[in-house]
Amino acid sequence: MTQDFAPKQTLIGQRIPKLDAPSKVSGSARYLQDIELPGMLHGKILRTDRIHARIVSIDTSAAKALPGVHAVLTAADTPGVPLGFGQDNPPLKGDRVRCTRDEIAAVAADTEEIAEEALKLIEVEYEDLPAVFTTSDALKEGAPVIHDKHPNNTPFTYDYEHGDVAKGEAESDVIVEDTFRLHFVTHCCLGVSGIIADFDVEGNLTLYSQTQMPFLYKRDLAPVIGVPAEKIHVIQPIIGGAFGSKLDVYPFEPICVFLAKAARKPVRIVFSREEEFLASPTRQPMELTMRSGAMKDGTITFRDVSTLHDNGGYTSWGATTPFVMMQAFSSLYRIEHCRYKTTVVYTNNPYSGAFRGYGNLQATFAIESHMDKLAEAVGIGPLEFRTHNAQDAGETTLQGLHLQTCGLKDCLSTAADRSDFVTKHAANRAGQDGPTKRGIGMASLFHVGGGAKIYHTDGCGTILKVDDYAKVTVLTGASEIGQGSETVIAMLVAEELGVPMSKVSVINNDSEIRPWDVGVHASRTTFIAGNSAQRAARKARQKLLDAASAKLDVAVGDLDLRDGQVVRSKTGEQLLDLGKLLRALHFREKNEIVVTSEYYEPPSVMQDREFKGNVSPTYAFATQVAELEVDVETGMVNVFKVTAAHDVGRVINALGIEGQVEGGVIMGVGYATREHLLVDDGYVTNPSFRDYKILTAPEIPEVDFAFIETMDPEGPAGAKGIGEAPAICTAAAIANAFYNATGVRMYELPFTPERVLRALKTAAGEQVG
Amino acid sequence: MSFKQEISFTLNGDLTTASIPVHMDTLTMLRDVLQLTGTKLGCGEGECGACTILVDGAATNSCLMFAVDCDGRDIQTIEGVQTEDGLDLLQKEFVEKGAVQCGFCTPGLVMQGTAMLNENPGMSEDEIKRGLEGNLCRCTGYTKVIDATASAMAKTRGEGQG
Repeated sequence: MTQDFAPKQTLIGQRIPKLDAPSKVSGSARYLQDIELPGMLHGKILRTDRIHARIVSIDTSAAKALPGVHAVLTAADTPGVPLGFGQDNPPLKGDRVRCTRDEIAAVAADTEEIAEEALKLIEVEYEDLPAVFTTSDALKEGAPVIHDKHPNNTPFTYDYEHGDVAKGEAESDVIVEDTFRLHFVTHCCLGVSGIIADFDVEGNLTLYSQTQMPFLYKRDLAPVIGVPAEKIHVIQPIIGGAFGSKLDVYPFEPICVFLAKAARKPVRIVFSREEEFLASPTRQPMELTMRSGAMKDGTITFRDVSTLHDNGGYTSWGATTPFVMMQAFSSLYRIEHCRYKTTVVYTNNPYSGAFRGYGNLQATFAIESHMDKLAEAVGIGPLEFRTHNAQDAGETTLQGLHLQTCGLKDCLSTAADRSDFVTKHAANRAGQDGPTKRGIGMASLFHVGGGAKIYHTDGCGTILKVDDYAKVTVLTGASEIGQGSETVIAMLVAEELGVPMSKVSVINNDSEIRPWDVGVHASRTTFIAGNSAQRAARKARQKLLDAASAKLDVAVGDLDLRDGQVVRSKTGEQLLDLGKLLRALHFREKNEIVVTSEYYEPPSVMQDREFKGNVSPTYAFATQVAELEVDVETGMVNVFKVTAAHDVGRVINALGIEGQVEGGVIMGVGYATREHLLVDDGYVTNPSFRDYKILTAPEIPEVDFAFIETMDPEGPAGAKGIGEAPAICTAAAIANAFYNATGVRMYELPFTPERVLRALKTAAGEQVG
Repeated sequence: MSFKQEISFTLNGDLTTASIPVHMDTLTMLRDVLQLTGTKLGCGEGECGACTILVDGAATNSCLMFAVDCDGRDIQTIEGVQTEDGLDLLQKEFVEKGAVQCGFCTPGLVMQGTAMLNENPGMSEDEIKRGLEGNLCRCTGYTKVIDATASAMAKTRGEGQG
């Protein structure tokens, strides 16, 4: 050999910039808001100004007469098929409104201004009905009934149990019981909600949609709009943030379709920011009562939980958060006896959808507050107490969740070591002078790490082609919502096929050409879509190596693909350009093209009627440590550092995963310290960024992170999902840090100055007005 | 309603004239009249910074500025940032440092960062954070945006690696 060849390089774990970043930094990325079709009209929705009322009449005649108006619709003009998980939400409400966002009429006009003008001309007469704003009031005898189908205002209940809580109580040396109150927050995607509906002459419908689940979206939308699913074509433009908010079908989407049909022109609906606050989903608020116990040796004995979920006026995915919450209750630490009862209650408040973490932020806030309380009660440090109860790989939790890998103990020790937790925790507790008190607190999390089998399939399809120039095109079912799945998929494919990243493109926005996928949720995309893409690439790799072997007369086992070349695997010697091989295959030898496909189905199961069974192929663990200062005179809480140790299986894109952790932690800090969608007797009173505060650049804490690589045997290259985890336990860590600083425990989020001062004064025995 | 006014201004280096309704804001003019959709509408209330442009070099919320007030000014939008060779220094740093996720806030952040870079490439980290205060980002948690801005400043100062 006269030439030195570079040893095999791996892309896995490298810092790879997002494939779509150049178009986004240059302003050329096209979001829904940027798309304008020829002849397109602008749709606007009239939302009720009542909370609970019977609609007596709607007069749209003046609106219809306004020049420039092409269609004015009310419920009478539509099929009236309800949508959403509970199928209780007609797109336009005809007889009754149940919460502040309710859609009662819609207009399509030449301009947004004309459409808004037309809305003002619509006259609605109401007859107000008694309303109810708290779950406890809604459950009272004689409470106003929100949906006649559910006279007790209880559309769903969930009961979960393993072990015997009474036995656990009897074994306990200490028992604690508290009620936690979790509040309304909302996603605050920088790109507001919107959609474009466009029919062709044959009745085929093209939707430019921000949905996170384009295939189920067609299924869910079809009966509501009366268009067969096979006639619906979903194109997802670049999506300006989702975080779960685009996991359901919402009334504005069928409304836009109805307008386009009536006007016989394409119609676009784009929310205003105020509308986004009023009429996009929230995180499920709830009242959570937890009773838990431990033995003197630090073993947790039982966890007994009941929750009342404020479902709002209609049912979206928020009503199903108990599925995820029960996994945390049953399986975050080793729990012998566990019971969880929940009641989902209709009120006249806004309704909730999916939001990063899906109930787990609320569950973990309570669990991890109790972990600290129990640890203190038995006189064991928070780190030691948690470590004593943490599972190991290979265990199956009593809910039937199998921990093929489990990095919880490593997460605990790593987060503690990096933050010097034990020393600081003890020092803070010893007492601090002055009005500023420092605190440090820890919390861990348990979450699905590779999807959740809530449908009979939790799979994702891939079609992969390698063209004559060794350019690889990956058609994936997975959607990109900014999280970076596109880049991870390209990396996994490039790695298998030994081609540079620049040779891989990912098509992930057109339902006509992409194979099926469940959608972006349950931290599943890297795991499920990654596995699917990797396996499709392996099939192509095998085809290429077989062809090369025949052509070169070298055994397949001695060949590899690197840097766009067929090489001798031991030496790296370049034998044949991949493009040449493909052209030879196509034009001469076999007249073949290289196209492969894969449908990856994870080895998880649907849970039984008792909610038992291994719902995800892997599970994510993490420990976060929060450090903060509390000004006991002003009530200000300043979180200045969060240390996050996450079991991620394996890092695929270091740049991407760091961004997920940093962004998730900051979202968690906001949830804990300031974000609050204020709902006053059903009305949202702070629908703007002026009054609903998300963190800004000067307010962020330092985020230190460590990745625990447990190399999941089922994960693509060993990886687990990471999308939701970073946001889940931050608030709980902050609550524990607050207690460490002040000796006062907070049971209600967020920790606003007013609430903090109130808690401190109450604890000090002062009168609070 | 639709009284219009003729205005002329420099837009991304080119002299531009437009006939604009007097009530129209600059963001709407850029997006709907001039078809420059890189500048984003995040709130329309001056709270999120997604619509940031440079007006005579100063970072400005274009949603709060009447379009007619562009008359005679030098306006730069995200479309005017890149050079003939492609992305400019700050844009490249945003890409390489992972400062972009969903990207909706990104054009505004790039414009804000550009103004800061032009004004004082010697900013401390705290000054950078304060400079970015008016630009909301829901995805990244800002850390990588701050890193990218600091790195571009260091390179501008001739310090190579930021």
